[in-house]
Amino acid sequence: MEVGFKALLDDLDVLEKSLSDPALINKLRSHVENLATLSKCNPHRRSKVKELSSEVVDSNPYSRLMALQRMGIVDNYERIREFSVAIVGIGGVGSVAAEMLTRCGIGRLLLYDYDTVELANMNRLFFRPDQVGMTKTDAAVQTLAEINPDVVLESFTMNITTVQGFETFTSSLTNKSFCPSKEGGSGVDLVLSCVDNYEARMAVNQACNELRQTWMESGVSEDAVSGHIQLLVPGETACFACAPPLVVASGIDERTLKREGVCAASLPTTMGVVAGLLVQNSLKFLLNFGEVSPYLGYNSLKDFFPTMKMRPNPQCSNVACLERQKEYMLAKPERDAAAKAKMEADASTTIDEGPLHDDNEWNISVVDDENEKDTTKAASSSDTLPEGLTRELPVADEYEKAIAIASGSGETEEEDDLEDLKKQLEALNAA
Amino acid sequence: MEGWDPNTKSTLTRIPLLTTKAGPRDGAAWTQRLKEEYKSLIAYTQMNKSNDNDWFRISASNPEGTRWTGKCWYVHNLLKYEFDLQFDIPITYPATAPELELPEIDGKTQKMYRGGKICLTVHFKPLWAKNCPRFGIAHALCLGLAPWLAAEIPILVDSGAIKHKDDAATSAES
Repeated sequence: MEVGFKALLDDLDVLEKSLSDPALINKLRSHVENLATLSKCNPHRRSKVKELSSEVVDSNPYSRLMALQRMGIVDNYERIREFSVAIVGIGGVGSVAAEMLTRCGIGRLLLYDYDTVELANMNRLFFRPDQVGMTKTDAAVQTLAEINPDVVLESFTMNITTVQGFETFTSSLTNKSFCPSKEGGSGVDLVLSCVDNYEARMAVNQACNELRQTWMESGVSEDAVSGHIQLLVPGETACFACAPPLVVASGIDERTLKREGVCAASLPTTMGVVAGLLVQNSLKFLLNFGEVSPYLGYNSLKDFFPTMKMRPNPQCSNVACLERQKEYMLAKPERDAAAKAKMEADASTTIDEGPLHDDNEWNISVVDDENEKDTTKAASSSDTLPEGLTRELPVADEYEKAIAIASGSGETEEEDDLEDLKKQLEALNAA
Repeated sequence: MEGWDPNTKSTLTRIPLLTTKAGPRDGAAWTQRLKEEYKSLIAYTQMNKSNDNDWFRISASNPEGTRWTGKCWYVHNLLKYEFDLQFDIPITYPATAPELELPEIDGKTQKMYRGGKICLTVHFKPLWAKNCPRFGIAHALCLGLAPWLAAEIPILVDSGAIKHKDDAATSAES
């Protein structure tokens, strides 16, 4: 880099002699000298590491990560380099999650955001005041590349809720140039949703349902004292549209949803905790250690961490979700066979031990309850609820009937032409 | 809807509801939805004109019908304040409402997100969620944008954040 600057200065000298007006050249020269000075101030970035090493020396950036392998937590930590993770929303949670994954040595990060850094963001971690005015994606790449040059960084400055943005989003998720040999249709191993609004979450939900992409959703409350993370496997767990919005489900009067101004509260602490929970769950999912939580909440006022599992809604309003649920049901025999094989393996181990008693004077025998299991399966497949439970939300039949009636009358409108209607509106606009 | 004023309620009941649940990528169904949107907008515009309450112009700026632009205005103290209006149809429409934008007011009020997107989270989006897919663009304008203008423009004018073009011209001359 310095050699380049020196060459530039030499070129400027030659130019200065050949031109009559040296003012512009002098201006350019001072600019280049300033850049050269800046480049000297910048610390040199370390060279890339080709293979992870567990050698314990100060200069090995991965020594403490590979120790997880030595201590038996992770079988093969080096696999981290094969994974691609997409992070939607580089805000208070997403930027911290991106930094955590970068420091863990993730193979590739895809970053999506359309916002810019402002001083109002300084209440949270990651971005710095000198980055104010930059797009969040550019600022994030700048910082993360310095932290760990081994990570492949791809940034997309765009709004994924628009038609064009959504297409770019889905095509980038299916791009497999990073690891072509990997099986499956997706180019990323996990999508992390770190957005702060309903519309963007619905867009991520739509994309992942269509692509059969596993993703994790995160959220922080408006009062900044609680948050949650959630694992979403299309077809297997509830998607983001499976449960209707609270205001619809509960019948809450929208007048009670009061809010002064627009600005939600936020704390770097709550954001940092949620980012930590999200990345920890992601690492467990990717590297296969510990137990991956389907849902994990965080209530900081009481230090309460609720967990739960949410099944998909058979009447979900999202068509792609219904398709994934059907696929999941069709694959049930395979999963049952796999579970049975595992059980047989365990049983064979048990059988090796042999009977506990050599004699059986009273001819007592343990009867296999397979028939009972079949009955249970039949019950569960028919969506019958366990005893004592009732459905909280009404079924959607009434709604569908209403739609059918309306669409019946809609057939008459089929004859109308779109262009005619457009012209009518334009005429009204002109009047 | 209990908290809304009688005028808005009566206006709303006469804006045609939509029946096709389709988004921009749904082909023929989206075309059908667009037809219903146009009928709804035509009816609402005609109603406004006949009531001498005309306050907006809107039309699709691309053939797919995913980008809409126009103008809206609000009369305060006998002065007409006019603004550019624009929005994109989101990919998950009609499950999610369009984000209405007034780019000229961007940064001048806290009731707004970056790019001039007006905040509808409290007074409109819950209604939209309850009435999906029956509500459309006309309903977003009637229940979302109109109340926002009525609530915010007087405050912005009184605080000096917005100046009428005549006032602006006067101050420029002086």
